Amino acid sequence: MNPITIALIVLVAFFAGMEGILDEWQFHQPLVACTLIGLVSGHLAEGIMLGGSLQLIALGWANIGAAVAPDAALASVASAIILMLALSDSGVDVSNAINTSIALAVPLSVAGLFLTMIVRTLAIPVVHAMDAAAERSDFAAIERWQVAAIAMQGVRIAIPAAALCFIPAEAVTAALSRMPEWLSGGMAVGGGMVAAVGYAMVINMMATPEVWPFFVLGFVLAALSELTLIALGAIGVCLALIYLGLKEAAASGGGGGGSGDPLGDILDTY
Amino acid sequence: MADKKIELTRQDRLAVAWRHQFLQGSWNYERMQNGGWCYAMIPAIKRLYATKDDQAAALKRHMEFYNTQPYVSAPVLGVTLALEEERANGIPIDDVAIQGVKVGMMGPLAGVGDPVFWFTIRPILGALGATLALSGNIVGPLLFFVAWNVIRLAFLWYTQEFGYRMGTEITKDLSGGLLGKITSGASILGMFIIGALVNRWVSISFTPVVSTVTQQKGAYIDWSALPSGVEGIKAALEQFAELGPTGLNMDKVTTLQSNLDQLIPGLAALLLTLLCCRLLKNNVSPIVIILALFAVGVVARVIGLM
Repeated sequence: MNPITIALIVLVAFFAGMEGILDEWQFHQPLVACTLIGLVSGHLAEGIMLGGSLQLIALGWANIGAAVAPDAALASVASAIILMLALSDSGVDVSNAINTSIALAVPLSVAGLFLTMIVRTLAIPVVHAMDAAAERSDFAAIERWQVAAIAMQGVRIAIPAAALCFIPAEAVTAALSRMPEWLSGGMAVGGGMVAAVGYAMVINMMATPEVWPFFVLGFVLAALSELTLIALGAIGVCLALIYLGLKEAAASGGGGGGSGDPLGDILDTY
Repeated sequence: MADKKIELTRQDRLAVAWRHQFLQGSWNYERMQNGGWCYAMIPAIKRLYATKDDQAAALKRHMEFYNTQPYVSAPVLGVTLALEEERANGIPIDDVAIQGVKVGMMGPLAGVGDPVFWFTIRPILGALGATLALSGNIVGPLLFFVAWNVIRLAFLWYTQEFGYRMGTEITKDLSGGLLGKITSGASILGMFIIGALVNRWVSISFTPVVSTVTQQKGAYIDWSALPSGVEGIKAALEQFAELGPTGLNMDKVTTLQSNLDQLIPGLAALLLTLLCCRLLKNNVSPIVIILALFAVGVVARVIGLM
């Protein structure tokens, strides 16, 4: 591949990497990423076709809460590059090449997932640096760190993309698939647990003895899986309103009321 | 109510909305979207607070934990802008109130945003674009890109503005201690939602098998005794309806996880969270805890515990 093509591919990969975390313009989705890589490599139609096929596979890949979905960015970019490399050999059958690239996309998405988990961990020191900048009310430093974090996510895809352009494709996919199951499985187990740290920080900030019962209520009710988060939110709002209403009634009514024993009051009056 | 001395202009709010598109840029396992949130709030903080101390305080309180679907975060941002504007004009709104509103809104709104955007709109547009793209037609990718971004940008701006106006409505009535009530209400709602999130989004599941017991005859489906063909399927289904899932196999397998779930589902997640609360109070660094959790995850996977 000529150097300009490689440079443009790396640029597209960088945008896909950024969007893999930002999830706004969707440059990481197969329809966009594969099309762009096809465009800069001179095989636009094949890129579009690959993008369409992968998009149908990736329709449900979405990050929910702290859980990370299979990575569309690496899957789209890497399989598109592999397709372009295959197509540069003019004797190759196009639909065969596309099918092979699609088959590689799923293991690549798992590898991409692993890479994003690493970057999301590396973002922690970045955020600590932002904390320090906040202490000094240094706006520019916070902005620089945010840009740095986004660039880190871009590089997460740009580097493998660049590697793929130079190294034979088989070597790269072999290296990625050689990641042992215990490591990727273990990282997934760990990833499921780390949300507890963030929640613990919020609890430490908000908890007073008065509101702990509501934490317990929320925890227990969440076990009913038919209750969606909106339902839980509604319950939470109602609990807050009822509780505050009762507190107010007790504060205003209790002073002017009787001895606090309603039955006794009735008997006395009678 | 007196005229506001300090007000966020439309330009400020547009700048915040633009930056909000980078909300997830520094997504991290410790406080998730907190960095991007603070980054988005900067134009507002610059407008509202003049002294270094006030600015630093504002920046710090917007570095707190935050995580929701990135588009429904816009109304939360709008409400927060309104609250901050009121606070800058002297109305006493404390940090707990602001964080409580953020936390209280982020969970339920994510419950809307995730299904609507990730599981409805994007798959529909994606499938539409993909079917066009399969034949190499460039309209496919273009349709996906343009339609998605028009919907997204409109949603981000208009819901942020909606939240901003609604937020100022809430803070208009200062008498009657409405704000005090909102603060208490916000912490109640916030703790309730966090309790729910701990149960649902912290996932720990143990894999070891506690016991494997061979069931009595009649408590399981005897596959070899079923008639062949469709009659067999019908008989099997009837027996399944009677016996339940434990009837599928001769051996009843009880896992550690199912035992724990019979006590309280999510018990392990709750204990882990409370442990983290204790560790954080004892000044253990969050990053140490996170790395330790990853290490525990890998070890647990290797020894077959999780």
